Amino acid sequence: MAQQSVTPSLSPVSLRRRLLLQLLLLAACLSVGLYAAVRLGADRASEATFDAVLGAAAGSLAEEVRVAEGGIAVDLPPATFSMLSAMGEERIFYRVDVDGVPVTGYGDLPLPELPPTALAPSFYDARYRDTDVRVAAILRSIRIEGRAAPLLVLLAETRQGQGAIAARLGNRAAVLGLGIFLAAIPFSLYFARSFLSPIDRLAEAVGRRGARDLRPLRHPAPSELQPFVTALNSFIARLRGTLSQTETFLAEAAHHIRTPLTVMRNEAELALRQSGEEETRARLRGLIRAADESARSASQLLDHATVLYRAEQADWAEVDLAKLVRDLVERFRPAAEMRDISVRLEVRGTLPTRSDPVLVEAALRNIIDNAVKYSAPDGLVEVVAEAVSGEGRVTVMDRGRGLAGVVEQGLKRRFRRGANVSDVPGSGLGLTIVEEAAQAMGGRFAIGPREGGGTCAVFSLPLL
Amino acid sequence: MRRLFAAASVRLFFGALWLALVVATTARAFEIEAVEDFGSGAQRIDVLSTTDIAYMQPVIDAYLARHPDVTLHYVVASSQEVYRAVAEEDAPFDLVISSAMDLQMKIANDGLARPLPAALMSGQPGWARWRGLLVAVTQEPVVLLLGRDALPPGVSPPTTRRELIDLLRDHPDRFRGKVATYDPAVSGAGYLFAVQDARLSDAFWRLAEVMGRLDTKLYCCSAGMIGDIAEGRMLLGYNVLGSYAPGNDADGLRIVELQDYTLTLLRTALVPQGARAPEAGAEFLAFLLSAEGQALVAEGAGLPALDADAFDRNPHLRPIRLDPGLLANLDQITRRRFLEEWRAALIQP
Repeated sequence: MAQQSVTPSLSPVSLRRRLLLQLLLLAACLSVGLYAAVRLGADRASEATFDAVLGAAAGSLAEEVRVAEGGIAVDLPPATFSMLSAMGEERIFYRVDVDGVPVTGYGDLPLPELPPTALAPSFYDARYRDTDVRVAAILRSIRIEGRAAPLLVLLAETRQGQGAIAARLGNRAAVLGLGIFLAAIPFSLYFARSFLSPIDRLAEAVGRRGARDLRPLRHPAPSELQPFVTALNSFIARLRGTLSQTETFLAEAAHHIRTPLTVMRNEAELALRQSGEEETRARLRGLIRAADESARSASQLLDHATVLYRAEQADWAEVDLAKLVRDLVERFRPAAEMRDISVRLEVRGTLPTRSDPVLVEAALRNIIDNAVKYSAPDGLVEVVAEAVSGEGRVTVMDRGRGLAGVVEQGLKRRFRRGANVSDVPGSGLGLTIVEEAAQAMGGRFAIGPREGGGTCAVFSLPLL
Repeated sequence: MRRLFAAASVRLFFGALWLALVVATTARAFEIEAVEDFGSGAQRIDVLSTTDIAYMQPVIDAYLARHPDVTLHYVVASSQEVYRAVAEEDAPFDLVISSAMDLQMKIANDGLARPLPAALMSGQPGWARWRGLLVAVTQEPVVLLLGRDALPPGVSPPTTRRELIDLLRDHPDRFRGKVATYDPAVSGAGYLFAVQDARLSDAFWRLAEVMGRLDTKLYCCSAGMIGDIAEGRMLLGYNVLGSYAPGNDADGLRIVELQDYTLTLLRTALVPQGARAPEAGAEFLAFLLSAEGQALVAEGAGLPALDADAFDRNPHLRPIRLDPGLLANLDQITRRRFLEEWRAALIQP
């Protein structure tokens, strides 16, 4: 017990929170991934598009270079430059080299690291003046003075427009990603809840059980939870084994005590009858009373053990509460009348319940026994069995000494007795038995002072 | 051995020539036509412009009335010299205004201009600005200018280049030696107009041939053409900046906007990288572009203000595109080739 109280003070790990966090993390990763992919894709696609235009422009520029009288002639096409620059107002630089010598344009425009092939323009990024440029390079042959000379045309543009397009697409993707992330939040919440709901249901099924319900758990559970359910069931089985051992032991012990007690009492009575000495007789009477008390205690222990055992069995049958009460009262009547106590029974119709007749009888016997025991001679015990709002209710009322202000909950605890009953033999188990029987069968038990003195005990079971 | 010596002497010759060139260019600063200081405030703004002081005076006066702390140092130079000052000499000017769109574009394209304030640029139409670096301050049609006695009696003014060609062909004696136009080899604006003409119209080359046959006189500047036409020495000026002409009434001059198309020059401004007070330069430019500044430019100075609606009202007006297409015209080889063609058309053997 001491070990159990040393629980770790850390708050327990929440599976739901962990699952939620992981789902959200996944969504965030997907969103970022989407942004990166679109950004990269947009960069690539727009670069390819812009390169194609730049390459075509460089090609048309190269075509304008030709040999005329007096050297190289170039007719730069202004429309090409205009169109090239149109998207994003790009800056344009160009350079024309013949035989490796700059002929016109920006003579310091950086050359490609590898000379381009003759067939297709090559593209490269370069830093020129104060800005980054994309350059298309085209190599062609040109015939000068009867020999072929290499003609290198470089056309460079800034990529402000491309950057803007890629940024715009990227931003759109970012918004989309953020939207996905936001949309993922409620979904993640829902998934986490539905994913963990079998655990909740299982916990609820276990929690809903009666205090004495030690049947194995048969609730459907997902396969991942089966080991837990199996372990729980094996634990329940062990617990039940231990309990039933204890109860069997108690019953046997009670039985073993009661038999010699009966023998002892008989012997004492015999001795009382034979003895003439007053002192010895008084002692023998004390012995007989003590034996009675012990026998009663043993019997109640047996009752209690029976109640626990049967409650655990939960072997319910259809029982008519009215008939049971009637029989029981008839059995009590002779003993009560010996003490000049009359028992009045009031039963209406039948009260069918689903319960264990042994348990019900044990409970009612204890209630009626208490009422008779604590009633003064000439007293009246009233027993009413009736159907009240869906339950069969047995009310036992007396005009006895009452409860002397002791709280109901206290009385129902084991081996606890009222403060005003020391002169009457009793074990303190009676009301415990009643309470446990009522609980085991889904019924209720209440005991309290009766108006005008005495006690009123109510035992009820749900009707069928 | 002799060959080696020859090579050495050639190299020596070129080396000397190169040295002489370097000395010449470094020694010789760009040529200034006029200088004037306005105001006497502590904040100095250096403006380099191709526009004559007289045209800018009203705007400058209005600006100084608002900013008494400013001294505006206004320098006038030709468009080539303006370009040289900025691109080669890195002269510290805070605002550069030039009518040579191609040279201004080259300055901006080559990264020699500072970005202008976004607020200043956002108000301008797309065709009147480039890349946040270059912005148009006026739009000026390039026109046909007719003198008082240009037309024979009963002949109505030509409305297209085709009609102009017919007019010149039909009256060769009347127009011989009396036709004026820019010399594209000398004038940046003239070269720009000629290139645009050649792009836009097939009639241009025929017109050049016709003008060549009539011993057309070539000018460096609009002012000279206008002066000669106003005084009757010339009858007709082709590709004249209309904004410099005194108007229809004075001296009987007639401005004709040809209906097939009329080029529209954008006078552009930029703040160069070498500016000492770029914010002040941009502020003066902002005033120039404001409604009040534009009104002063239009009414006070007689330069046409920026007016996008003008192109809707007058579909024949074609703004010269303010984009790197202009760079193609500046290419040395392209330019040389074009001028050769021009000379071949104009000067017949």
